[in-house]
Formats: sequence, structure tokens, C-alpha cells
Amino acid sequence: MKKTDLIVIGVLVAGAVAYAFSPATEEARVARGRYIVSSFGCVDCHSPWQMGPNGPEPDAARYLSGHPASLVMPDAPAAAGPWITSVAASMTAWNGPWGTSFTANLTPDDETGLGKWSEQDFIDTLRNGRHLGRGRELLPPMPFPAIRNMNDEDLASIFAYLQSIPAISNRVPTPRPPGGAQ
Amino acid sequence: MDTRTLLPLAASAALAGLVLAAGACSTGEAPAASRGAPERLADTGLYADAAAGTLAPGVRAFTPQYPLWSDGAAKRRWVYLPEGAAIDASDPEAWLFPVGTKFWKEFSFGRRVETRYMERAADGAWLFATYVWPAEGGEAVRAPDAGLRGACATELGPRHDVPSVQDCRACHEGRPSRVLGFGALQLSAERDPLAPHAEPAKEGDLDLAELLAAGRLQGSPETILAAARPVEARSARERAVLGTLHANCGGCHNASGPLSSLGLELEYRRGELAPALRTALGVTSRFQPGGKTGALRIAPGDADASVLAQRMGSRFGPLQMPPLGTHAVDQTALELVRQWIQTDLAPAVAVASER
Repeated sequence: MKKTDLIVIGVLVAGAVAYAFSPATEEARVARGRYIVSSFGCVDCHSPWQMGPNGPEPDAARYLSGHPASLVMPDAPAAAGPWITSVAASMTAWNGPWGTSFTANLTPDDETGLGKWSEQDFIDTLRNGRHLGRGRELLPPMPFPAIRNMNDEDLASIFAYLQSIPAISNRVPTPRPPGGAQ
Repeated sequence: MDTRTLLPLAASAALAGLVLAAGACSTGEAPAASRGAPERLADTGLYADAAAGTLAPGVRAFTPQYPLWSDGAAKRRWVYLPEGAAIDASDPEAWLFPVGTKFWKEFSFGRRVETRYMERAADGAWLFATYVWPAEGGEAVRAPDAGLRGACATELGPRHDVPSVQDCRACHEGRPSRVLGFGALQLSAERDPLAPHAEPAKEGDLDLAELLAAGRLQGSPETILAAARPVEARSARERAVLGTLHANCGGCHNASGPLSSLGLELEYRRGELAPALRTALGVTSRFQPGGKTGALRIAPGDADASVLAQRMGSRFGPLQMPPLGTHAVDQTALELVRQWIQTDLAPAVAVASER
């Protein structure tokens, strides 16, 4: 075998090894992100539900855009006895001892969604349970105590998928305090 | 609605129930940033004689001119710089500390409650830990990485939390320099008489002049001294406001840290129109409390309408600022800021500032 052949084979082997151990391609990340988002229940709260021909179902036109700004919620019913939590029919507004929370717009809209977020912003938020990793606390029912245990690659995959879906402009209301106290 | 149509909602509600339970009980996997920290405060190098409270050689007290609000806690602070090592102060606003540097901050609410500790490890990373003083006396031992909620009562009402390691990192990793409250402006001899809750520098405190004289600061002495001059402002009150925002908010809200994309800079930097004015005065807030639209970060002449004052004055979790480390509003600082917005920032002044 000639020396040049050896070099060519060496380069090919090195390339294959590098490919095998390289971080997932963007396409693979998006696919994994779609898989996690669809199997972890993200859609259940971050897409508003509506009544369809088969019963309640997420509104595909508002996929992952959070609580609709147009859906102005009245005050939640008072808690009674062991019933401490109530939820809107849209599944996007929740009330409990923490106050009233509205699910976030996860689409890549620049002004109202995650369009200006970096991958690290997203990972820090879910890892720390705080907005952008160091701001206000995420509120129930956001399951960050479970999600924070995902590895960086899975969280990055979720982010890659969320950045790939259509941007929807929807400014979600800010949370309301319990009892109206600020 | 039949049972079949209720199933998706029931499943989601069940998931939510599990989630709520998890949120209430789970400690999750806390980052191991306290790994390597001694179990006892006495072993961190703070004391020569822990029982007597005698400081170890080379450990020096210091007093920043604009303290961080911590619900009225009385604080003592110490630093240790390794023998012969110097701080890289080439950026006078973002000092970089040599490996082996240690800081301690003791919090008291009528008694010693905790002493926080950070150390720059051999690999350059910062280690964070906090040590809790038993109410019944005895030595301080390392708190769990998850912190301790409601560790002690305070005069202002809400109980004091010992922070988690993650909380330490959330504040201290918000800018290139991981150390807060120890820089040119904070160690300046030209103290701001209106700084809220300021304590006078104490006899024997380490200050900027001594650091410079001892060759402990690398960088242009002229530039460092310039950064230590009083905050440039149009009034004494504005000086105190900008300094207070620098100390209490600028750790996260700055141009160089992870939150820079918010475009809100409350970290003071000399030589330009104060970033707080440039990025907040008349600027629409990204966070719109109470379903409003168009609310301004600072509405000149209208403190009630200013989101900055609203958030300083709230202790509802998603609204309050700072978002951690405090459960009671700093009424002194809030009144200072409100007066500044209401009185000093008349619309004519604001227009002039924006030009």
C-alpha cells in the first residue's frame, strides 16, 4: 500500500471517528427536542386548549404560545378546604397558594417569546428554576424540579426544537399575587 | 362531556398534581459548587483562634460604601489575598482575583446566623459555601447546598433564608468579576453620605489606598483612582441612587453578564452618561406588571408608574427585585429612589438626558 493511500485512509477514519463523537447535528437536535416536548407534556400547558370535534385539544394555531393575551381571566375562585388549586379550561392559567400563573410563550417570537434567548439562557432557566437563570422564580405548575435533571444535551435539544417552530406574537400576562397583594 | 373527553384533561391535571408535589418536596440535583469547602467555618482560614474570634494573619476587614440590602442584617466582611499576589484591576470596574483569594461575610439578626464564604480554587473556579451558627451557640458548620429556608426571625417580619449554593451563583455569576462589593468605587475613601444603610469605614479596614500602596492592584493607578471618585450625578440624591442601584442591582443588570440581552444596565461605569439613565429613563419595560402595556422602567416625574420602583417595592416573588436574598422591602432605598424619580427627574431633565 502506498504512503498516500495510508494517509487517505487515516483521514477517512479520523473523520468517521470525529463524526461519531461529535455533538448532535442541528437536525438531530431538533428531532430529539420534538420527541421530548411531545412526550413530556409541555404542550399540555403551553398551548391553549379548545373544544374540538373530539373533545378538548390543544389549539394548533397557537402551538406553544402560552396563555393567550386575549383571554383576560377573571379572579380565580376562592380555594375551599383541600381544593387549593384551580385551572382555566385553556390549561394556560393556574391559581393556587402562589397566586395566578400564566404559561409562557415558548415560540421564537423576538418580543414576546424566546426569540432573543440564547441556548444558555434556556438551560440556566430550567436548571435553576429562575427566569434567565437568575431572575424571578418559575411558578407552579412548571415542572422544573424534574426537568432540571435533564442533561445539557437534552435541554439544548428542546431549545433547538422550540427555535424551529413558527413564532407567534403573544404577550403572556405577568403573574398575579395571591389575594391581590403586591 | 363524556368520560373519554375528560381523559386528556384528567391526565394533565394528574401530571400537574405530580408536578406540584415535586415542586414542594424535591431538592433536585444541586450543582456541587460547595464541593471541597470545609465542613467547619473554623477550617476555612478565617480565624487564628475560632473560639476567641481572632482573625488569621492576612485576613482583613473591609466595608463597602454602598452595602447590599439583606433585610436589615448587620454584616461583617473579610478578605484574604494570598501573600505576594495581586488583583488584576486593569478593568477598574471588574476586578479579577488571584487563585487562593477568600471572602467571608457574616450575617447577624440579633445574633450571628450565617457566614458566607467564597474562595477562588486552584482551577480558577469560585467555590461557594455558607456556614450556619447554631442558635444555642457553638461553632458554625456548613449548610446544605440547598440552603435553609426560614433559618431565623428578623425584626422586619419575614424569616431569613440561608441561601442555596445555586442562589450564591445566581448573584455572583452575573458579571465577569465574581466578587460583589469589593472594587474601586466600593472601597473609595470618598464616602457617599446619603448611601442607604452605609456604615462608616472602620479602623483597620482594608481600603483602596492601602491596596494601591501595597502593590496589590495591577493596572493603571490613575484609572483605578478615577473609578473610585464619587458617582457623577446632577444632585447628591442622584449620586446615592446610582450608587445604590450599582450595588444592589448592577450585579445582574449590566452590559457584560448573562442578562445583558435585557438592555438594562444599573451597574455604574464612569465616563459616560450613567447607564441607569441611558437604559431605564423613559425606556419601555419588558416586564409589564398587572397586564399593563407601555409601562416605563423609569417614568420621569411619576414614581408610581415606574416599573423599577414598583418592583423594588414588591415582595411578591415574580415581581420583586432583587429576586432573591431578601423578603422585606428596603424602605429607605425605595423612598430615595421614589423621591429621585418624582422630584429630580422632572420631564425637562429627562429630555435633556436623552439627548
